[in-house]
Amino acid sequence: MTLIEMTVCVRGIGERFLSLLKELGHMFIFLVNAVYTIFRPPFKFKMLLRQIRFMGSKSIVVILLTGSFTGMVLALQIYYTLRKFGSEAMLGPAVALSIIRELGPVLSALMVTGRAGSALTAEIGIMRITEQIDALTSMALNPVRYLVTPNIVAALIAFPLLTSIFDLIGIYGGYFVGVKLLGLSSGTYFSQMELFVSMEDIRVGLYKSLSFGVIVSWVCCYKGYFTSYGAEGVGKATTSAVVTSSVLILIWDYFLGSVLI
Amino acid sequence: MIKIVNLKKGFGRQEVLNGLNLKILNKELVAVIGRSGGGKSVLLKHLIGIVKPDHGKVLIEGVDITSVSGRELDRVREKFGVVFQEGALFDSLTVYENIAFPLREKTRLGRGEIEARVNDALEDVGLKEMGDKYPAEISGGMKRRVALARALITEPSIVLFDEPTTGLDPIISSSIHKLIKKTHRKYKFTGVIISHEIPEIFDVADKVAMLYNGTIIEFGTPEEFRNSENPYVRQFISGSLEGPIEAL
Repeated sequence: MTLIEMTVCVRGIGERFLSLLKELGHMFIFLVNAVYTIFRPPFKFKMLLRQIRFMGSKSIVVILLTGSFTGMVLALQIYYTLRKFGSEAMLGPAVALSIIRELGPVLSALMVTGRAGSALTAEIGIMRITEQIDALTSMALNPVRYLVTPNIVAALIAFPLLTSIFDLIGIYGGYFVGVKLLGLSSGTYFSQMELFVSMEDIRVGLYKSLSFGVIVSWVCCYKGYFTSYGAEGVGKATTSAVVTSSVLILIWDYFLGSVLI
Repeated sequence: MIKIVNLKKGFGRQEVLNGLNLKILNKELVAVIGRSGGGKSVLLKHLIGIVKPDHGKVLIEGVDITSVSGRELDRVREKFGVVFQEGALFDSLTVYENIAFPLREKTRLGRGEIEARVNDALEDVGLKEMGDKYPAEISGGMKRRVALARALITEPSIVLFDEPTTGLDPIISSSIHKLIKKTHRKYKFTGVIISHEIPEIFDVADKVAMLYNGTIIEFGTPEEFRNSENPYVRQFISGSLEGPIEAL
């Protein structure tokens, strides 16, 4: 590699890094603006309820499906591992802890991103390309108050609720496999769970789902709000919103997990 | 009065507006004509402060909209009504709710007063029975009428029209032009119409401005435009391929 090629390469990396930094700054200002309007009247309760319904109705079926099968698969795999050590009785707490602390919040957030998050980006993106956002601005109204703030607050309410449903269904999925199919006693499954799962574990899951709610609503609204023009722009924004949210969920999960463990 | 002074705007290396100057008097209806992609819509977005210029001033009744922000900017924007290209109606609201929206959000009027004003506006634009429909259920021409009713509902002193008849058939276009004239007479607003509809727009506007290469190259009454000796204006009005404007 010649010196010129190396210079071009380094400059390219530098430009990309600067552009990433600029985008992050832009995203952060967008979030601050949205959070600021949460506490400033007039409050849009009707829109908030509509968005909670939107997130819930879009995601509930997929949450029920993934929750039940995650619990079932987990029970199946953990049961065979525990049996090697003669500790099948620990199946209940193992399934519950894995779901409540980790899989429930993460998988719920990923599922909501795929269903409601992508729809949210597309909806806001279409509003951008059809000038509906400009129409709000021209009326001297802050579009963030109408399109972003209700979604962030709705996510703070909907994510913990959907995660709780995921957790519950997952634990019963594990119960079905462990107790009904593999012959573990129902009492053992639940009594051990009661013994080993603490309120602290539930709190960890709750914190995670709340932070994932902010990440998903923030990223999905941002990508839709600043979509480029045309149907292709909306498509790209939607893909980018889902990928960015998913990656951020997994990265944040690790950091939050390290702090809360 | 709207006064634009030495307005410059570029996107990347492309200069869209290049030292544009224009003065629009109160209650005047001015049509801005020019080539597609020539910066007409960008100019309109400068007027409401959606796009910030690289250089220059946009004075709206004495206030430079390019240098104000926050509440001050909102106060200037409250003087405007805007009819966007495709109407820009809110998909999730009915026709009635779309028109009522600025009143609900920006005024403290009661439900009865809002209802009376929206019904009057619907009657003005000939859509009395359409209040319950959603934007997806009405035609393009009806959408423009609703957008006009929404723009006028707060009785703004300035109304901007961004290609209000693009994509409509000639008969509906004529009806929209007639409606713009009728509402202009009734509400006496200062109006700016971005348009391609030549010569139809000459029957609507009090004055016409032609935008070319980022500046206003001709400004005058429709009659002056029809008799213009400017080769650019003559070619544009006639739609001829021969002349100083290159056909791409």
